[in-house]
Amino acid sequence: MFGWEFPPHIAGGLGTACLGLTRGLAKQGVEVLFVMPKASGDEDQSSAKIINASDVESLYEYRDVEEYWKNINFMQVGSNLMPYMDPERFAWEVNKSIREGGDERRIGFKNKYEFSGKYGANLMEEVARYALVAATIATQQQFDVIHAHDWLTYAAGIAAKRVSGKPLVIHVHATEFDRSGENVNQTVYNLERQGMLEADRVITVSNLTRDIVINRYHINPDKVFTVHNAVDFQSYQDMEVNRGVKEKVVTFLGRITYQKGPEYFIEAASKVLKRFPNVRFVMAGSGDLMNRSIRRVAKLKIATKFHFTGFLRGQDVQKMFAYSDVYVMPSVSEPFGISPLEAMRSGVPTIISKQSGVAEVLKHAIKVDFWDVDALADAIYALLAYPALSEFAAKYGLNEVNTLKWENAAFKLKQIYEDVKRG
Amino acid sequence: MDKRTLCLYFQVHQPIRLRKYHFFDIGKNSDYYDDFANRSLTRKIAERCYLPANRMILDLIRRYGKNFKVSFSITGLAVEQFRMYAPEVIDSFKELAATGCVEFLAETYSHSLACLVDEKEFKYQVKRHTDLMKELFGVKPVTFRNTELVYSDEIGEAVAGMGYTTMLTEGARHILGWKSPDYVYTNSINPKLKLLLKNFRLSDDIAFRFSDKSWDQWPLTADKYAMWLESADGEIVNLFMDYETFGEHQGADTGIFDFFAALPEQILKNTNFEFLTPHEAAGKHQPVAPLHVPYPISWADEERDLTAWLGNELQNEAFEELYEIRPKVYALKNEDLLRDFDRLQASDHFYYMCTKLFSDGAIHQYFTPYDTPYEAFINYMNVLSDFIVRVDVEYAKAQQKAEKNKAETGENKAVEKAKEPKAKTAVKKSTAKSGGKK
Repeated sequence: MFGWEFPPHIAGGLGTACLGLTRGLAKQGVEVLFVMPKASGDEDQSSAKIINASDVESLYEYRDVEEYWKNINFMQVGSNLMPYMDPERFAWEVNKSIREGGDERRIGFKNKYEFSGKYGANLMEEVARYALVAATIATQQQFDVIHAHDWLTYAAGIAAKRVSGKPLVIHVHATEFDRSGENVNQTVYNLERQGMLEADRVITVSNLTRDIVINRYHINPDKVFTVHNAVDFQSYQDMEVNRGVKEKVVTFLGRITYQKGPEYFIEAASKVLKRFPNVRFVMAGSGDLMNRSIRRVAKLKIATKFHFTGFLRGQDVQKMFAYSDVYVMPSVSEPFGISPLEAMRSGVPTIISKQSGVAEVLKHAIKVDFWDVDALADAIYALLAYPALSEFAAKYGLNEVNTLKWENAAFKLKQIYEDVKRG
Repeated sequence: MDKRTLCLYFQVHQPIRLRKYHFFDIGKNSDYYDDFANRSLTRKIAERCYLPANRMILDLIRRYGKNFKVSFSITGLAVEQFRMYAPEVIDSFKELAATGCVEFLAETYSHSLACLVDEKEFKYQVKRHTDLMKELFGVKPVTFRNTELVYSDEIGEAVAGMGYTTMLTEGARHILGWKSPDYVYTNSINPKLKLLLKNFRLSDDIAFRFSDKSWDQWPLTADKYAMWLESADGEIVNLFMDYETFGEHQGADTGIFDFFAALPEQILKNTNFEFLTPHEAAGKHQPVAPLHVPYPISWADEERDLTAWLGNELQNEAFEELYEIRPKVYALKNEDLLRDFDRLQASDHFYYMCTKLFSDGAIHQYFTPYDTPYEAFINYMNVLSDFIVRVDVEYAKAQQKAEKNKAETGENKAVEKAKEPKAKTAVKKSTAKSGGKK
């Protein structure tokens, strides 16, 4: 299995999903070798053996994979290539790589290459070198199936397949269309599409993503399968909070970017406040639309009832859920969307957009079109005003998320592995 | 030839800065202030500016006697902080007051923009400030200066209505046109109110340009400045500026103290100017014309208008929400609430939310503790939201009490009945809530 990150050192949800999957697979009796660019040594190896690509001496050089790379230009990485990263984190990474002068590690690349394993400025170079190391690993290790997570590792998957002849499964957690809307980065698109074409099976995290893979990347539907994500609440602990505000609290939690639909939340809030004054709205997070959102809230004259918290870290996220009476995720486009599950786990009734992958697996969340502000306002109002509804949604929502287990995802995955092994 | 007048006025103000106030604090923690920053800044500015500058002025008065005069206004919020963190500053102002060469002016207690709310509010805040000045210096102020020199025909009329005969404001170019700021004017509605206008060129030469090495007149010396003054064409030159110009905006190492200490000698010896307080100056000079100011002006930024405080939707929203709660705050007469309400009214909070980042951005950056105007808005609104919660709680309590009293006296039973079902639903909601959260 090729991944870019693995807990505890993660930038976002990709690493968490990889851990969940490997744990599930271990329960199904599937052994996993997990290759990552830079392991720190403190990864949880109970369900997968971690191979640190930085320790592997490459047997291959650039010219060996020249044919593959000839259509792909090396480039400096732009701003939206990171699959799951918040803006602060991104700025930090970029500054860090500038400070550290990202290129110093080139020296001696012929054999071992020290990966940063991050999403820095020389990401494309790391992607290429990771592929070289992958080819080496493929000759040294025993395995039946190659599994590559997201576009950063597709090249590695292809290289490993070429060397070993073993079948390749690629796992699409997000596509370039989710990250960038219609302004796709052509290089990333090409890498993604090449991975999908060369793969024997393509796994998508939702049917929504499956449709994108089929319609926007023109991949044969017969080899594209949906395996919904799950969520692991083993280490979850209920949090007691002493709420300061007596009003009900409706929460948006996520990056304040186009993809997450913050403006629909604000417009709906304004509508709800006209009919139901006993409520506060909170927008937790940060992003490039934050300032515009603040201006809009001021303009609508709801700023004493609509609050911004900035980016929340660690415990504050759970605290925010514990504060909430309704959770809203009005995403314009969301391959899956894990945060509604976290909200429901905290017993918070949840409203999600129909344009999210998670809508396919949830029955006890209220679903609206992201653009339908009136419907969103109605749903919020109903959850606030009718205790019977909110109690029902909270209770059954909690039961529901507890059934979304990685073992189920892993079970499906194992069937796909067996199927592809048979050819 | 009659002597011409030089009128010096210095503004003394320190806002009470808010701490980082998070959404999670609302309803739980009603301590809004950054005590550490307020204490350390007050101490720092006292030591760099107020104390040495007061010493300098006292020395000048001792040397020149009645020939050297200045005026100050000190906001209520600044006095509150001096009392807490630097009481020696108040003592040194009292010492200056005792010389009889210093006039203390009236303004709003909180350095607020109450003049834009309504006349009642404006009057109330001015009264509180003048009471404080009387308490501190034994004299009731007779000259008025508004927050940030904000002025319009209507504001002037209101000030005249409070009994003031002299008011200070900006010699804004877009108001004066071809006219000179160097004469006394009157309010266009009530001619009894005389206006002294700031000569912004000569004031800013000291306040902003003094240490600017890229300025072609740098370095500025006292004899050069006296020469410029002499070539001014009118009867009176008004130099109005922040007192923090001395030692804070212009650090001591720029030579600002030496420059100012040398200035009176140059002026008294080489020009036909005399130093007068605003009240004396207004008594001496005949007004030349009424000044028409239909829209409010101020001394801030290129525009000399209100856009530094009420120029975007963030500022307007914060301002409106703040004053919407006003009737309840005053009805309650709760000391803690009144104190917080004072502090939240300081115009500085709205200044921090200003988004005009171009021509005056550098100055705004200098004065704000926030990284962006958006952060300033978020923080202020979180504090204000908590304040509103407290006011509403107290208000509901007070009303319940009043109703109980009424019920006991057997009156208005119908009203009592109408209120009852409402109270019941509130109880229902809260039980539903605690049930759902488990």
